[in-house]
Amino acid sequence: MKERVWIQDEGIDRGAEKLTPERIEKTINAVLGNEAGARLKAYVETCAHCGLCAEACHFYMSRDKDPRFSPVGKVKQTIWEMLDKKGKVSVEFMKQAVQVAQTECNLCRRCVQYCPFGIDIAYMMSLVRRIAHKLEITPLYIQDTAHSHSATMNQMWVKDDEWIDALHWQEDEIREELPAARIPLDKEGAEIMYSVIGPEPKFRTQLIYQAAAIMNETGCDWTMPATPGWDNSDMAMYTGDSEMMGRLKRMHFDTAARLRVKKIVMGECGHAFRSVYDTGNRVLGWRMPPVPVIHALEFYWDLLNSGKLKVAKKFEEPVTFHDPCNVVRGRGLHEKAREVVRAFCTNLVEMYPNKEHNYCCAAGGGVINCGPPFKNARVEGNRIKAEQLRATGVKVCIAPCHNCHGGLEDIIHKYKLDIELKFLGEIIYDCMEKPNAV
Amino acid sequence: MQDIYLLVAGPLAWAAWAIFFLGSAYKIWSTLAVAKQKDQVLLNYVSFRYALRSIINWSIPFNTTNMRLHPVFTGVAFFFHIAFFVLLIFISAHQIMIEEGFGIGWVTLPDIVADILAFAVLGVCVFFAVRRVIRPEVNYVTDWTDYGLLALVTAPFLTGVLAYHQVGDYMTMVILHMLSAEILLVAIPFTRLSHMLLASLTRGYIGSEFGMVRHVNDW
Ligand code: SF4
Ligand code: SF4
Ligand code: SF4
Repeated sequence: MKERVWIQDEGIDRGAEKLTPERIEKTINAVLGNEAGARLKAYVETCAHCGLCAEACHFYMSRDKDPRFSPVGKVKQTIWEMLDKKGKVSVEFMKQAVQVAQTECNLCRRCVQYCPFGIDIAYMMSLVRRIAHKLEITPLYIQDTAHSHSATMNQMWVKDDEWIDALHWQEDEIREELPAARIPLDKEGAEIMYSVIGPEPKFRTQLIYQAAAIMNETGCDWTMPATPGWDNSDMAMYTGDSEMMGRLKRMHFDTAARLRVKKIVMGECGHAFRSVYDTGNRVLGWRMPPVPVIHALEFYWDLLNSGKLKVAKKFEEPVTFHDPCNVVRGRGLHEKAREVVRAFCTNLVEMYPNKEHNYCCAAGGGVINCGPPFKNARVEGNRIKAEQLRATGVKVCIAPCHNCHGGLEDIIHKYKLDIELKFLGEIIYDCMEKPNAV
Repeated sequence: MQDIYLLVAGPLAWAAWAIFFLGSAYKIWSTLAVAKQKDQVLLNYVSFRYALRSIINWSIPFNTTNMRLHPVFTGVAFFFHIAFFVLLIFISAHQIMIEEGFGIGWVTLPDIVADILAFAVLGVCVFFAVRRVIRPEVNYVTDWTDYGLLALVTAPFLTGVLAYHQVGDYMTMVILHMLSAEILLVAIPFTRLSHMLLASLTRGYIGSEFGMVRHVNDW
């Protein structure tokens, strides 16, 4: 086997300088021994070392089937060794383990569907991340994002007034096209609270514009919060900072409760949905989210099927559809999404494997958020997605997830694909009936 | 020799079965007890319906995506697990012992069928071993315990076949056969062979999560 190249990361390196063997041992045993329970034990004791999960993982497939990138291979390089040595592992080992768990696994859970025992390797990788978090050796860039969450309650260091400014600005813009349109701020008693991720007010304001157009033209009773709690994203979930994840989600749900809305509708983001719908609520002790959480894909489907959203013209160019793991393997929205795509597009060309068996974009699970040091490794780790995209022969790919956009963009660039990425909302906005437009 | 035989066929056999049953019960009980103590949250996500759905779907040969991706392995693995129990329960020599011990009996396999099955199982054991060596993704996660467990599983079949064909000293082979089977029984609850006991728990749990929370198939 080729010698592995480990990447230098300031966050990992600086944190590692402060580590002592005792601290590593204590932390590992605290997490694996106390926080984890029967699930970890059963997974480790059941795994037949059969390697059947290998082909599930895009990293393994893209790296010429290097076994170190197979799901179980990642467990061997992390959890098994920690358990075998009862936490007595070296600093060097921990630096490598965090790299494996934090940058070579997207927590996409595809492997879960391939293991005969349903062993959740993503869960084990999360445990490694949790250990790294407690040891303060999380990669620099994603840690910075987590810091932003704890300082501002949003992902992008957006200040409170900047947020409101961004919304007002979009409201001004949209009124040139739809004079009666509003972006209602902090409207108590509205039916829907619409929440987005931090980057939207910062770099992707056109998405807020498009969402507002859809809301207005379909006659929704909606609002966006004027206070922190508007951001549904959550990198703390991906660094193993459960405490911070809890604070974030509490603020999000509290905001919905304060506005007395009936449901939260979220923009096209995968990880944020996982955080609000699946993970964050559990940390706070709610079995299911205390306020119903509707992902954009489902929301569009509802609007279409209730007749509120009408197709004015079709998007003629052939498109393909990338299934974001967090709303497909995480919520089974693949069929609804396709119904909406087919309603608005003439020609949908599928990638294979697809739907709940999709390959991840390799950006998810916080991997893209680990930043430039890991970019090349990440993109090389997803050749298979590039091949899938190329095989469709189309020039437009709909990817209803922010992270997927980031990941796919890098892949398109690196593998020289001539493909343009779109959010589904973009296409809907372009092609829907806008009765109030001037 | 006779004394050893009586020991292996009598008290040791009883002890092995007792350890197997008690050990298995303990294994399942302790796993659930830890789950109750530490993973209380998870227990809230267990749905009988979706657990069963997952277990059934994973019990049908070639039903899951991954099984179809690995048709040879799937065929071999299903055959192995089925043949294991068929031989254990329906081989005539075992029946005789059961009848002597408990006075009950049921249909038995014709000896020739049992013989072919046993040889096939031995072939599968070789297949598993070779696969561990030559497939890099399997080899990478293989350590001596995997070969050890495979040897534990192979031994009763090997000695059974040898005894049946009267290769070597018959009595010795029979004793070795019983002894290796007893060791295997004892090992099941305390090694990774316990996947026999835990598989339905892990499957059922993840099946529930996929079915109830994520509304998606886990196969
Ligand atoms: S990236 Fe996905 S398939 Fe690969 S190990 Fe992680 S969860 Fe499993
Ligand atoms: S995780 Fe599952 S598929 Fe992978 S080696 Fe272990 S038992 Fe086999
Ligand atoms: S970024 Fe998209 S494809 Fe990648 S893990 Fe998230 S949801 Fe999945």
